[in-house]
Amino acid sequence: MEYGFTTAAYVVAAVLFILSLGGLNNQESAKRAVWYGISGMALAVFATLIGPGAGLWWLSIPLIAGGGFIGYQLASKVEMTQMPELVAGMHALVGLAAVFVGLNAHFEIGNAADAVAAGPDAVKELGTFGKLIAKKSGVEISILLVELSLGVWIGAVTFTGSLIAYGKLSGKVSSNAEKLPGGHMLNAGAAGLSLLCLIWYLNTGGFLPLLILTIAALFIGYHLIMGIGGADMPVVVSMLNSYSGWAAAAIGFSLGNDLLIVVGALVGSSGAILSYIMCKAMNRSFVSVILGGFGGTTGPAMEVEGEQIAIEADGVASALEDADSVVIIPGYGMAVAQAQQNVAELTRRLRAKGKTVRFAIHPVAGRLPGHMNVLLAEAKVPYDIVLEMDEINDDFPDTDVAIVIGSNDIVNPAAQEDPNSPIAGMPVLECWKAKQVFVSKRGQGTGYSGIENPLFFKENTRMFYGDAKASLDKLLGMIE
Amino acid sequence: MKIGTPKEVFGGENRVAMTPDSAKQLQKLGYECAIESGAGAGAGFSDATYEAAGVEVVKTAAALWKASDIVAKVRQPDATELKRLTKDKTLISFFNPAGNEDGMDAAKAKGANVIAMEMVPRISRAQKMDALSSMANIAGYRSVIEAGNNFGRFFTGQITAAGKVPPAKVLVVGAGVAGLAAIGTSTSLGAITLAFDVRPEVAEQVESMGAEFVYLDFEEEQADGAATGGYAAVSSPEFREAQLAKFRELAPDVDIVITTALIPNREAPELWTEDMVAAMKPGSVIVDLAAEKGGNCKLTVMDEKIVTENGVTIIGYTDFPSRMAAQSSTLYATNIRHMMTDLTPEKDGQINHDMEDDVIRGATVTFEGDITFPPPPPKVAAIAAKPKEVVPELTAEEKRAAEVAAFKAQTKQQVMLLGGGGALILLLGLVAPASFMQHFIVFALACFVGFQVIWGVAHSLHTPLMAVTNAISSIIILGALMQIGSGSFLVILLAALSVFMAGINIFGGFLVTRRMLAMFQKS
Repeated sequence: MEYGFTTAAYVVAAVLFILSLGGLNNQESAKRAVWYGISGMALAVFATLIGPGAGLWWLSIPLIAGGGFIGYQLASKVEMTQMPELVAGMHALVGLAAVFVGLNAHFEIGNAADAVAAGPDAVKELGTFGKLIAKKSGVEISILLVELSLGVWIGAVTFTGSLIAYGKLSGKVSSNAEKLPGGHMLNAGAAGLSLLCLIWYLNTGGFLPLLILTIAALFIGYHLIMGIGGADMPVVVSMLNSYSGWAAAAIGFSLGNDLLIVVGALVGSSGAILSYIMCKAMNRSFVSVILGGFGGTTGPAMEVEGEQIAIEADGVASALEDADSVVIIPGYGMAVAQAQQNVAELTRRLRAKGKTVRFAIHPVAGRLPGHMNVLLAEAKVPYDIVLEMDEINDDFPDTDVAIVIGSNDIVNPAAQEDPNSPIAGMPVLECWKAKQVFVSKRGQGTGYSGIENPLFFKENTRMFYGDAKASLDKLLGMIE
Repeated sequence: MKIGTPKEVFGGENRVAMTPDSAKQLQKLGYECAIESGAGAGAGFSDATYEAAGVEVVKTAAALWKASDIVAKVRQPDATELKRLTKDKTLISFFNPAGNEDGMDAAKAKGANVIAMEMVPRISRAQKMDALSSMANIAGYRSVIEAGNNFGRFFTGQITAAGKVPPAKVLVVGAGVAGLAAIGTSTSLGAITLAFDVRPEVAEQVESMGAEFVYLDFEEEQADGAATGGYAAVSSPEFREAQLAKFRELAPDVDIVITTALIPNREAPELWTEDMVAAMKPGSVIVDLAAEKGGNCKLTVMDEKIVTENGVTIIGYTDFPSRMAAQSSTLYATNIRHMMTDLTPEKDGQINHDMEDDVIRGATVTFEGDITFPPPPPKVAAIAAKPKEVVPELTAEEKRAAEVAAFKAQTKQQVMLLGGGGALILLLGLVAPASFMQHFIVFALACFVGFQVIWGVAHSLHTPLMAVTNAISSIIILGALMQIGSGSFLVILLAALSVFMAGINIFGGFLVTRRMLAMFQKS
């Protein structure tokens, strides 16, 4: 009877989770959707606590409360610019939890086997999960072993991978693509080793192969993400998001828990789709992102002619005074300089003068999918003037001033003009079609991809050098 | 070579084609400059200021014409002036070639080259020498000033201690250069300004100047202004009726009407009929900038100001630019100077009359003993923005064929995917036990639902999506909770850690999602 109730609660929870993801299709329904997610989770945990998870409440409830307290602290303190790190860090937790639960399943199999050998009385002594295992046949146990090793493996990759992603995003680990000597052969070797261990484990059921498998997976997570550079982090984070889902699903299989399977599959497919969207936005295949760095060029890059012409704040201010329509293109540089408040203030002042101000967001701007939207929302820029690439690209020829703040590759005309460019074919924001382009940039260096940006040399482009925040401060002083 | 400017012979003409400033610029091009004594007096430039600018002051017109290789003037030359042309002389002036065949014949007979300033093509490159526009600009401005002078009230509305003053209502008909200038002047004086034009594409320009565009309830394919060189074309009788009906409706309300409607080489269209004049309030003012071509209002008397029986003042002056001679001379002289710059690419004081150049070719009406009017259409076309090229509509069959082909390709792809996937699952089903397959069904369906749902998520919400999926992926807590009841200490420890970490994730993930979503605000 208890179990029937639990399953019913799981069905409701699964529906709530689906609604919670589906509600994110627009900003208003999203505010409601998050409550669906919260109620779904509360219901699932509650049903588990009174059902199959009963026992040791004195331990589990305080732990949930304690974790919740820390989570609350983290969530309320985090700066919006640190969002990518936080998300990556939290993936690591899910990954590690998956590893632990998987290992537990392994130990329980052992316990259950002992109990079965000792007789029916001992089986009664087992926990709920143990009883479940005790009923399983030989083939089912082998499948269980595959499932749990898969869960452990993916969980371990997610754990170290997310830790490294966290380090790279927060600047604690160099964001350059670095590989140990041997490069991808090491990864392939570790993967091969994992496979061997899996076979070994299936035949013996011992702990040692599982341990080696876990360590190999931990290494793969570490080494794989170390080899991927900072600007590819949107793909990496969404990929790890996907992995954390698949890990949960695999664990769900081994525990025979349908809700875990459903949620894991939802999260897994969500992350997979996000990765796909990000890759598409960079015109790169998933494999080439994972292999790290930009691919080789197919020929000499087009010669860039002209020179970069600098401009001071007063020039930008007077151009903005004259403009009717302004499009701002923020990038990771804006997040680094924490300039979103200044950008928002500039927007407010220009809008107060009756000018049309809009934002153009490239899908891979920033270090997390949708990163720029969140930063602008934090600075209270109304979301209906923040547009996607496809929505705004056709409007650039009618735009008086385009301001590029801390983005580089996503506004690089070489993607369209130079077939030899490493980013050829990548969809970019065609800001150079605006009558005037200002680029706020720290210095003359190239972007993440290391490619020269012909935009900076165009006749209608002026370079507004300096830290984005300081530059905008100066500019704000001149626009009343 | 020498550029000379005679005194205008036309009565009441105050403008002059050369100013001391433009003379300095012309000298930089390598030319010598000469001016007839007293030519600049009407525009406020004395002979002394010309001399100070290095211009030779010549006593008589005859001497000036004789001495100059290039003569720059304002008004169309009269018979005497035409007689003074000789071979190798170049005349730059307004010439009215369409209505001045005698003048062209005379110039042709003399073998002189004539550049008519009104023939400068309306292309971007030639704007700097477009004298019609610069004069129209002045006429538009002056028309409002003239109207204000004859209008007994303020333009701007005021509430004063001595009572309330309603704002004046100004209607500008024709939003060409003059019309736009009138609109700008009128709005900056504070009047409520309405404007009408037969070219609906100028509505945006009108609104950008702060006036309200008067739309007609009329559906017709309008001739594109760009096709006629940016000028208005003749409109259909039905359109005209709709337009007059609208004006009739407006007539009792407006205080000042400024009509600027001209169609090139035609009599001005009648737009403000007598009954509209009769319907206007006493004290109202009409300024008819088309008076020279017969007027947009038939009551207009050219070059005069009249007052109708019901007290409406109608101004038919044609010399608005001349009334602001200092300003118009400066602008016109600059236009002439730019023309000379284009004629002197080497800056060596020698004319290079390049008939391959669109602008020079277009403006030249006689060249080396030939009449070269009318000019061929310029190679560079279009001034007004063209409407977007319409993608040619596919025929119904073509569309159907394309749809069917796309549908077939899609079906093929889906069938292959489904077939492949189905076969794989069946293979799996052969070896896997039933309990596994039950869960597998759930898994496959969940993946499917996930893919369907996630594609709908807005791009701008991708970060909240990641945070929320992160929170719900801590559903793994259920596994840990199920295991925590186990007897083994190790299992309890690991499960407890998992519960703890998942707890962090659940609360952190949902809270941070909520924080982010709360920030998304509509304006």
